[in-house]
Amino acid sequence: MKFLKFLFVGIFFGIVLVKSEAVSWYRIYEMFKFQSFHMYGIIGSAVVLGAISVWVIKKLKVKSIEGKEIDLPAKDKSFTRYILGGTIFGLGWALAGACPGPMYILLGAGVFSMLIVIAAATLGTFAYGVLRSKLPH
Amino acid sequence: MDSILQPWPWYVSGPLITSVMVFLIYFGKTFGMSSNLRTFCSIGGAGKYADFFRFDWKAQRWNLTVVLGAIIGGFIAVTFLSDGSAIDLNPQTITDLKELGFENAGETLLPGEIYDWSNALSLKGLLILIVAGFLVGFGTRYAGGCTSGHAITGLSNLQLPSLIAVIGFFIGGLIMTHLLLPLIF
Repeated sequence: MKFLKFLFVGIFFGIVLVKSEAVSWYRIYEMFKFQSFHMYGIIGSAVVLGAISVWVIKKLKVKSIEGKEIDLPAKDKSFTRYILGGTIFGLGWALAGACPGPMYILLGAGVFSMLIVIAAATLGTFAYGVLRSKLPH
Repeated sequence: MDSILQPWPWYVSGPLITSVMVFLIYFGKTFGMSSNLRTFCSIGGAGKYADFFRFDWKAQRWNLTVVLGAIIGGFIAVTFLSDGSAIDLNPQTITDLKELGFENAGETLLPGEIYDWSNALSLKGLLILIVAGFLVGFGTRYAGGCTSGHAITGLSNLQLPSLIAVIGFFIGGLIMTHLLLPLIF
């Protein structure tokens, strides 16, 4: 039962991303061509409202559903890994037109060839794990 | 009901994505979809090859449940909540895509030129999907997060590393869209 709420959040997430067209390859292409405000509006409004929400959560010391302190872990300080990893991710994002969330959502939407992308993404993550100690971070 | 069946504007979609993040924070978790790829590796026994995959993946079952939900949500959205309206792309985008050989841009969510089986299983098409997926999977773990973890959660939490990662996302995306896609298609 405790997993049910996560199932519902996932379903909600999937519906929102399809209805917003954020799962569309075309919208990602249009975004990187700077030819539409749509994706910038989605991400921008999500982040502005998100920053306000996080600020309120911290300010009011809101407790989680289990009554625990809410702790949003800070990301490790670095530059290299974020710029290099981010660029590699961006190359794949613009080619596949999908990042990890939309990959699963599009599979549910009936795009079964997305399984190839998901399998390759899993392989990419595996390759990172194996090469990790040799990469600059 | 009509407004649900039509595409949702950005000012509705963005705040709803925020609510996904807030729900997960309230549930004591964080919003990050790419972590699941690492979990898949662990389940598949990748711990034999790298320490990175030796962790208690069962603690990540909640996130796998979100993935399952996302798949179901994708099905529900296209099956029951869509009226089949085309994506309202910039006419210039449609023209640009035609020049690359993409017909009917925006009439479906994804271009058949990449995702239809007849193309996906051609040598070139298969390579495109594999390379694209590999870059996403490798890059997201190297950067420590994807669009949900960095662009939404990290930026909302005012994390400088996330801003650097998002700048990286855009460097990569712009190189692919402006320089490489015209060479590939």
